[in-house]
Amino acid sequence: MSAYDATAKAEAALRRSLVTPEGVDLNLRIGDAGQRIGAFLIDWVLQMICIGLFLWAVGWTLASMGGKDAGHIWIIGFLGFFILSNGWFIGFELSPRAATIGKRIMGLRVAARDGGRLTAEAVVARNIMREIEFAAPVKFMIIGAFSQGSADGLTMLFMAIWTGIFLFFPLFNKDRLRAGDLIAGTWVVRTPKRTLLPDLSDTDASGHFKFTDAQLSAYGIKELHVLEQVLRNRDRKTMTAVADRIRRKIDWTPGEYESDEQFLQAYYAGLRARLEQRMLFGHRRKDKFDKA
Amino acid sequence: MAALQLKSAKFRQERQHDWSRLSGLLEKVESRGARSLTDEQLLAIPVLYRSALSSLSVARATSLDHSLIEYLEGLCARAYFLVYGTRPWIGERLVHFFTTGWSRAVTSIWKETLAAGLITIFAAVLGYVLVSQNPDLYFSFVSPDMAQGRDPTATYKTLRDGLYDGGPAGQLGPFAASLFQHNAQISLFCFALGFAFCVPTAMLLIQNGSMLGAMLAVFAAKGLGWNFAGWIMIHGVTELYAIILAGGAGFKIGLAVAFPGDKTRLDAASEAGRACGGAMAGVVLMLLIAGIIEGFGRQLITSDVARYAIGIGSGVLWMSYFYLPRRRKGLANVRL
Repeated sequence: MSAYDATAKAEAALRRSLVTPEGVDLNLRIGDAGQRIGAFLIDWVLQMICIGLFLWAVGWTLASMGGKDAGHIWIIGFLGFFILSNGWFIGFELSPRAATIGKRIMGLRVAARDGGRLTAEAVVARNIMREIEFAAPVKFMIIGAFSQGSADGLTMLFMAIWTGIFLFFPLFNKDRLRAGDLIAGTWVVRTPKRTLLPDLSDTDASGHFKFTDAQLSAYGIKELHVLEQVLRNRDRKTMTAVADRIRRKIDWTPGEYESDEQFLQAYYAGLRARLEQRMLFGHRRKDKFDKA
Repeated sequence: MAALQLKSAKFRQERQHDWSRLSGLLEKVESRGARSLTDEQLLAIPVLYRSALSSLSVARATSLDHSLIEYLEGLCARAYFLVYGTRPWIGERLVHFFTTGWSRAVTSIWKETLAAGLITIFAAVLGYVLVSQNPDLYFSFVSPDMAQGRDPTATYKTLRDGLYDGGPAGQLGPFAASLFQHNAQISLFCFALGFAFCVPTAMLLIQNGSMLGAMLAVFAAKGLGWNFAGWIMIHGVTELYAIILAGGAGFKIGLAVAFPGDKTRLDAASEAGRACGGAMAGVVLMLLIAGIIEGFGRQLITSDVARYAIGIGSGVLWMSYFYLPRRRKGLANVRL
């Protein structure tokens, strides 16, 4: 179970307590590095496509006008470029969902670190920092790569280090803040839309299985949750392996027509009933090694 | 249904209707905004939110259904952000921003703005004096692609044509575009780099100011100083002011990081950052306005008097808009 422990530990490291005014801890989960990077890449690509299409339209109009009286088109072009490149993130994060398209796909949203409301001031501040974190150094590097001579190797190296420092900045603090979050007092939390999964204890089969108290006290809460996961994944091989292991542990002789799934479901229902009942009396049995 | 239903399963059955109702309402607000709900639905949200919260507490204490607890945590978090994070309607916020929020944000950094302004003026004077005495120094202040032929070797005619005709036809647009990009970049950088103890911000302001002074020196040497000032002023008052404000905001953050006082550096920086966010939103708006004036106005209006009038007029407007004292209304706690 060591792999399970490691994931649980990593998961716990991302949990933050946010106590609502009603006194309930929401146990928020902050977005991890992978989700943040994924969201950013999605946004960046979409933004580049929009800017590309816009510039193409401007260029096409300029070409068709043949350079005569083209001043206005240029102005529309650069103002539009400015709005698209700076307004994308700010605009989306000001919406009620406080998330860009990429963040929505990854189930993330921006929130004020103090739990209060997310102000537009904070959104503006965090996104202007993007300019030094990513946009400008990358622009310099692209310009440098395409125009020989204007940027030497040393400048390129400096820009690469610069971008690197800011890109990896979120990995070196525990709240996964980037420089913009730091200045704006924000963080990025996960609020994925979850569907309510069926309750696994609702099973017709449990009537046929009678487990004794000794058999039900073989495991604790942690094992119950693993079992829940196994039952939800419904992977045949894993279910067989787990069912065999439990049967051995509790000395259970399988009935003639009993399937692994039925057995596991019945055992889950029985175990949960017992653990929940003991919980009502104040015994919260952490795992199978817990003697309480 | 099995006879021996768990207490926790029963608990869930009794309440899941409310949860899914809350989830549906959240969905609607998130995709179509709060205005898509009826009054009755709007009033139901806080009630449903509190009952979901209490369900969560009960579930944590009595249920071992892991997925149920995760579902409720997610639901409550989403509802929490809606209930406690709701901001007034966007129109109301914009009205507030333009009536009081913007000017208050700018006024709150007046000391830093003054410092940024003085640095810019000092650098401009320095650039002017140095280039007047030794024109060879010109290109150490102005990069060739910014200068575009406006250098000490240019003739009176080219310089003058540049001011009134915008040089060869067709180049106007690209030049205005590159100047706008340059200035927008400088202002965003002035703010964003401020956290490094104000140093990069000060360097950017000095560079920008000395460039202006050096260019002025070139034109003044040919007797076009007055005309050049008018050409710059028509949009430059707004744009330079935007850069100075961004510099002030950068200084504010840099100072907060350098001298956090009783707070941690992190808290001090984020407090300063949020205080300046409103001013920076305004800076972006000013840059857009300057860009429009630059693109349309500068080439259309070629009379010096009109240029000065617009330049000075816009300066007076900005100053009075930002710094004239105004009555504080009851909306004091509406934040953008």
